[in-house]
Amino acid sequence: MKYLKFLLTGVLFGIIMSKAEIISWYRIYEMFRFESFHMYGIIGSAVILGVMLIQIMKRKEVSNTKGEIIRFKPKDMSIPRYLIGGTIFGLGWALVGACPGPMFVLVGYGYLSLILVIFGALAGTFFYGLIKDRLPH
Amino acid sequence: MEILLQPWAWYIAGPALTLVMFLLLYFGGNFGMSANLRTMCSMAGGDKFSDFFKLDWKNKKWNLVFVLGAILGGFFSSQFLTNGEMIELNPNTISGLEQLGFSTPNNNYLPPEIFGGTTLFSLSILIGGGFLVGFGARYAGGCTSGHAISGLSDLQIPSLIAVIGFFLGGLLMTHLLFPIIFKIPIIL
Repeated sequence: MKYLKFLLTGVLFGIIMSKAEIISWYRIYEMFRFESFHMYGIIGSAVILGVMLIQIMKRKEVSNTKGEIIRFKPKDMSIPRYLIGGTIFGLGWALVGACPGPMFVLVGYGYLSLILVIFGALAGTFFYGLIKDRLPH
Repeated sequence: MEILLQPWAWYIAGPALTLVMFLLLYFGGNFGMSANLRTMCSMAGGDKFSDFFKLDWKNKKWNLVFVLGAILGGFFSSQFLTNGEMIELNPNTISGLEQLGFSTPNNNYLPPEIFGGTTLFSLSILIGGGFLVGFGARYAGGCTSGHAISGLSDLQIPSLIAVIGFFLGGLLMTHLLFPIIFKIPIIL
C-alpha cells in the first residue's frame, strides 16, 4: 500500500505527458525549431509555479508523509560536467524526441520500438558508470 | 469528459507537472526520471562492474513504481483518453519534415521514418539516441525532470547550466546534424 500513491502519481504523470503531447517526437522537433510556444509554455509554467512552491515549502518547513521536513540539497557546482553532459543529453533528446520519462510512457501507449531506446539509455547509463572517473567533472 | 479527450493546453500541463513534483516530494521522493536507469543498471548487477552502481536500490523502489505508473498512464491514455484528433503542428515544422524526406505526420507522436522501420539505420538511431540520452543524463546528473523542472524550481545554477547544455545539444542535432543523418537512407 505504501507504493500505491507513487503508482497513482505515475499514472497522472503518464496521462499528462500523453495528453499534452509532450511524448511526441514532433513536438520536440517543433520546439527545437522555435516554431511553437507549447513546450516552452509547459516547462516555463511548471518552473514558475515550482519556484513559488519550493520557496513556500522551504519557508514553512513542510513535512512529507513520513513526518520528515522536506530538504532541498544544493547540487555541486561544476561547469564541464553539466555543460558537456547536458549537451550529450540534448543531442539524444532531439534525435529520438524522448527524454527518460516519455520513453516509458510511449511504451505504455503501445509504441514498442521505444524499448530499443530504453535499452540504449540503459547502455549509456552503464557506460557512464564504467568511464566516469576518466571524465572531467 | 470531452475536455479530457482533447489535447491539453500548456497552461494545464505545466501546472499539472508542478503538482506531480509536489506529490513526489510530499510522499518522500523527488522528481527525477533518469535516476531509474541507474537503479535498473544496479539491479541488473552493474555493481560488479562499477562502484557507481553500488547502491541500495530497495530505497529507490518508489521511483520504479512511479515509472510503472507512467507506463500505465500511457496505456490508459491510448485506450480511453483519445478522440483521434490529429496533432496541430506549425506548417513550417511540416515543411521542415518534408525537407528531411519525412512523410506528413500520420500519427500524433512518432515519425515512421525513425520508429517504424526495422532497417539497420532506424535501429541504430533508436539505440544510439537512447545511449546519448542515458549517458548524458548521468554525466549531467539529471534529465528534463531532475534539472529543467526540479532543479530550476529550486533555482540551482548547475541545473541552469545543464538545461543550457540540453538546448545546445538539441539545436545542434536538429539544425546541423539532422540534414546529414537523414540523407543516409536516401543515399543507401
